[in-house]
Amino acid sequence: MNTTNTPSSATPVQTQAIRPLYWTVRRELWENRYVYWAPLAVAAIFVIAHLIGMIHLPAEMRQLSSLDPEKCREAILKPYDTASGFMMGAFILVTIFYCAEALHGERRDRSILFWKSLPVSDRTAVLAKASIPFVILPVLTFAITVVLQYLILLLSSAALLASGMSVASLWSHLPILEMSLLLLYHIVTVHALWPAPIYCWLLLVSGWARRAPFLWAALPVLVIAGVEKIAFHTQYFATLVAYRLIGMTAPASFTPHNAHPTDPMTHITPTPFLLSPGLWIGLVIAVAFLAAAVRLRRQQGPI
Amino acid sequence: MPCIEARGLRKSYGSTIALDGIDLRVDDGRILGIIGPNGAGKTTALYAILGLTPYQGELRVLGRDPWSERDRLMCDVCFIADVAVLPRWIRVSQALDYVAGVHPRFDRAKAEAFLAKTSIKTTSKVRELSKGMVTQLHLALVMAIDARLLVLDEPTLGLDILYRKQFYDSLLNDYFDRNRTIVVTTHQVEEIQHVFTDLVFINQGRIVFSCSMEQIESRYMEVMVHPDRMDAARSLKPIYERQVFGRAVLLFDHGDRQQLAALGEVRTPSVADLFVAVMSNQAGQAQGAV
Repeated sequence: MNTTNTPSSATPVQTQAIRPLYWTVRRELWENRYVYWAPLAVAAIFVIAHLIGMIHLPAEMRQLSSLDPEKCREAILKPYDTASGFMMGAFILVTIFYCAEALHGERRDRSILFWKSLPVSDRTAVLAKASIPFVILPVLTFAITVVLQYLILLLSSAALLASGMSVASLWSHLPILEMSLLLLYHIVTVHALWPAPIYCWLLLVSGWARRAPFLWAALPVLVIAGVEKIAFHTQYFATLVAYRLIGMTAPASFTPHNAHPTDPMTHITPTPFLLSPGLWIGLVIAVAFLAAAVRLRRQQGPI
Repeated sequence: MPCIEARGLRKSYGSTIALDGIDLRVDDGRILGIIGPNGAGKTTALYAILGLTPYQGELRVLGRDPWSERDRLMCDVCFIADVAVLPRWIRVSQALDYVAGVHPRFDRAKAEAFLAKTSIKTTSKVRELSKGMVTQLHLALVMAIDARLLVLDEPTLGLDILYRKQFYDSLLNDYFDRNRTIVVTTHQVEEIQHVFTDLVFINQGRIVFSCSMEQIESRYMEVMVHPDRMDAARSLKPIYERQVFGRAVLLFDHGDRQQLAALGEVRTPSVADLFVAVMSNQAGQAQGAV
């Protein structure tokens, strides 16, 4: 039955390895260049802002030496925390924007007919798109944030040295390697795994909606939250979604004094995180949404 | 094993019936033209064959079920569904990279050789190319794939005559051999009727006419009848009658060539004329039924 011999050519013409998932992920990056340009732009703007702010740096450092060590430490860490905070904000924005468009754009510009003419399964196509919020963006955001923090450190050191001050107090309060590891942990747990159902919901709706996918994704949340508020005078659902999105309720770590999660004083709590039902319920829902997105892509044509 | 085999193929969108029981068999090495008015179900039939839409009934393409095995089927099947489905943001070099990276039967050198004959630069983006050039690019990608079945849905719609002619010339000279099968739907029948080996007319989701080109030549005759022999001609039961420059042209199915030659000039009808005749008779029958 399945005679796959091709009479027209006996030898396969292929010269390079066939890697559909790899190339489909690259395809996503060719199409959506904002996935790396947006975080880079945010980082660049932050560096420029820091350069301007450095005028005050030597004066601030002089003041710091009179403060108690704990306050001093906090003040030194602040720009690094702010930097990673901005980068996380950019990450969330880019992710929402990407996921709400991912399976919509190819149907709108009819290119889905071209993609479907190639031996790439719908599962591979959807997984490649899901890899942007779950792999590509976390890795990119981590790398850019670390480089950004090193740049700030170098610039600050240069400014201090130029004004004849010692960099010792700056460097001694900054366990930069530890900060990087904390950042990586924070991104993976709080920004990739914890909000997974939200990203996958956006992917699913982008594959279903004929137009305005973000509206269709957000509207049910608004309606459910509104009904709950009016009928029961509670707002569990709205809080749940909002906290999931920004990762606030993720039991991944706790900070002793309400500081930023990449503060070196943070205690990471991977075991409670991995044991929390919230994580696993979220992941199961995320996988279900992705499976539905695969089915939808198989059925959907151009719009 | 036939290349395409369909039995009782059905598809409806809500209450609209797009395919109403299609039986079709296409053997290897044929070039099938599917002709039909707008909304006849041509594109739906092709989408079913390509695994882009679910259907009822039996359908095997190269021995596979297209709906459940689309990705595997696409190793051996190529299609150009409509012009301008290449994404506008992609660069020519990226399109080559991508197809080379995912398609086991793609010969990049062949595609590049074809592109070298055109004015398309590999650094260009699709949005910078004219409509004709986009079609050339798509054709270059498709022709470099060693596929067994090529499906073309209105591949030259909206192109000027030069690009249209080039398109079919390339297809026939550089691509087609007796081992490949090509299925084409088009409205521009006159230009490519010499290309077909088989012909199918679809109307309202049904195949209303199916014939090989050789059969058409032996079976159908068109006679430009002398005005004084009209009664004799009409008594031979032509299937269609039309006027050309004030002369009647009658179309006969299974006519006797010598008998017809006595009535006037005999020739093989064009596919377009045959199509109009078949469609008009369909409409007549439908009215008669009401």
